[in-house]
Amino acid sequence: MPNATQTKNRRGFLGDSMRVAGALATCSFFGYLAGRKGRNRELLWQIDPDKCMGCGNCATHCVLDISAVKAVQCFPMCGYCDICTGYFDVGYTELDTSAENQLCPTSAIVRTFIESKAGQRFYEYTIDPAKCIGCAKCVKGCALMNGSLYMQVMHDRCLGCNECSIAVACPTEAFCRVPAEAPYLMKRQAIPLVKKFSIR
Amino acid sequence: MMWFFRYLLPWILAMAPAALTAGELIPTPEFSGHAIPTTEFPEGPADWRPILDTAALVVALSLASYFALVNRSRRNLLLLTVGSLCWFGFWRGGCVCSIGAIQNVSLAAVDPTYAIPVTIILFFLLPLVFTLFFGRTFCAAVCPLGAFQELICVRSIRVPRWLDHCLGLIPYIYLGAAVLLAATGTAFVICRYDPFVAFFRLSGSANMLLFGGCFVLVGLFIGRPYCRYLCPYGAILGLVSSVSKWHVRITPTDCIQCRLCENTCPYGAIQPPTIDQSPADRESGKRRFVALLVLFPLFLVFFAWLGTFLKVPLSRLHPEVRLAEQIREEELGIAEKTTDASDAFRNTDRPVMDLYKSAIARQNHFGRLGGWLGAWVGFVFGCKWIHLSLRRRRTDYRAERSNCVACGRCYRYCPNEQLRLGFIQDISELVPEENGNLKNEDRRSKTKD
Repeated sequence: MPNATQTKNRRGFLGDSMRVAGALATCSFFGYLAGRKGRNRELLWQIDPDKCMGCGNCATHCVLDISAVKAVQCFPMCGYCDICTGYFDVGYTELDTSAENQLCPTSAIVRTFIESKAGQRFYEYTIDPAKCIGCAKCVKGCALMNGSLYMQVMHDRCLGCNECSIAVACPTEAFCRVPAEAPYLMKRQAIPLVKKFSIR
Repeated sequence: MMWFFRYLLPWILAMAPAALTAGELIPTPEFSGHAIPTTEFPEGPADWRPILDTAALVVALSLASYFALVNRSRRNLLLLTVGSLCWFGFWRGGCVCSIGAIQNVSLAAVDPTYAIPVTIILFFLLPLVFTLFFGRTFCAAVCPLGAFQELICVRSIRVPRWLDHCLGLIPYIYLGAAVLLAATGTAFVICRYDPFVAFFRLSGSANMLLFGGCFVLVGLFIGRPYCRYLCPYGAILGLVSSVSKWHVRITPTDCIQCRLCENTCPYGAIQPPTIDQSPADRESGKRRFVALLVLFPLFLVFFAWLGTFLKVPLSRLHPEVRLAEQIREEELGIAEKTTDASDAFRNTDRPVMDLYKSAIARQNHFGRLGGWLGAWVGFVFGCKWIHLSLRRRRTDYRAERSNCVACGRCYRYCPNEQLRLGFIQDISELVPEENGNLKNEDRRSKTKD
């Protein structure tokens, strides 16, 4: 009959081997998971602008006081319209930059005169990200015309929550995870236009 | 409104059919002296951040294990706790988190299209491996949620044993539900109901703050309420910790059964020595154990059957099922108004029947999964009962392996520890001889397990 220390040693050895086997098994399972589809870099939240409907939840549902989502201008897609439906409120009285004529509640859109051609005046509309609160009013307005204004998660502000609170509230499931190498998306329609202008 | 009819309406009307048919846009004009600018985007998070986080985790885990098991210093553990709270809590905003990683891992195990970052795998794995060897040192001083509760626990009340056992089952049930919902891509409930993340970020919705506030209030008087009664990762770590190689010991040498440590644990994790059973008790205990083993499968089946009733409530958590219900109500004229989601759905050309079919398939799937969840709950209940009816003999005061979070509060209460540190020369300075070794009968009258 084995004495007490021998039993103890055997038990200890068995326990240790079980522990090592358990650790190896879990490690290899997770190694498999990582190898199958793992990424070295983080995944970041982004809005698919083709799905976004400009509901305005981005402004109110972000865990940050001022949302990490802001509107951006895709210049090669913009028509440089004089009467911009993203800039002017429907009830505007004059085509000027006074607050009551603007759609944007924080006047984050800068309207700059560019050129006058064939009797038409062209203006450039640039978003000031410091002022934008992500309410998507301009995006909804611009959708009446070219739809060059769209919403994007700004990665200098986004906290990268594991479950994005805006994604939960998003009515069109426009939020997706994108690789950190290419953290911004654009509309499908904009891709050829951007290429065209970048070549020029 | 005049402008609208004069300028805009004809324009829209002229453009709209074109836009609908060919997706044509008003062309960007060719300017003579102005280049079309490119949109500037702020840069994403830096490359080195995940590496730094993983390194910080490894260092913190190693230090915590060293402080708890070798160094045996509550002060060092507390300093590390503050450090972890600052790093993983306030600096990283509570988001890269081992508790939340459960969901990412379950989603990655089921959904091959979900690319899981290696950092998250490591955050899930490393504390498990450390726990397998050193006990729950992750909970002691690394986890920011644990750290937060550790620091606010000012006056702890002893939770009655029966209540502690009952509430202690919630983490397992929560774990099952969280894994189920994450694996189906429905919701990340652990993140959604993280009570302290709003404090880490110093901002959050009213619900989050209210939920967190309740936990803080309870946490002042009951030690670590989240860790003990809700944390699903704590449930996994507790199981792993019960088979760990090394573990926190109250005494550095031998237990002299002085009972000085008995009430020092705010988390109710110190177990007194067992009292020898009378032969009659032992017989009835055996009978109860056999009965439970027989009842166990029935238990599973019963709870699985109960779980199938979760079909509807569970499936409603999925946005597609909610959308289908809303559309159905609108079609039947019950819904008072449309939602953003239903409006957006009607703008797509997806047929309604397709949505219904998909939603019904999902609901049936959730019915099956609800059964599995029910079976899991039954399994947890059954295991708990069997575990409670098993009796192991203990002769010392010991930290219960699965519940002890290695906070190190009990060390200094042990006279042997005082002796080791050189604070006293002889144990009798602290423990008068007549109290020192209590007779078995005395203990029987004083402690109730």
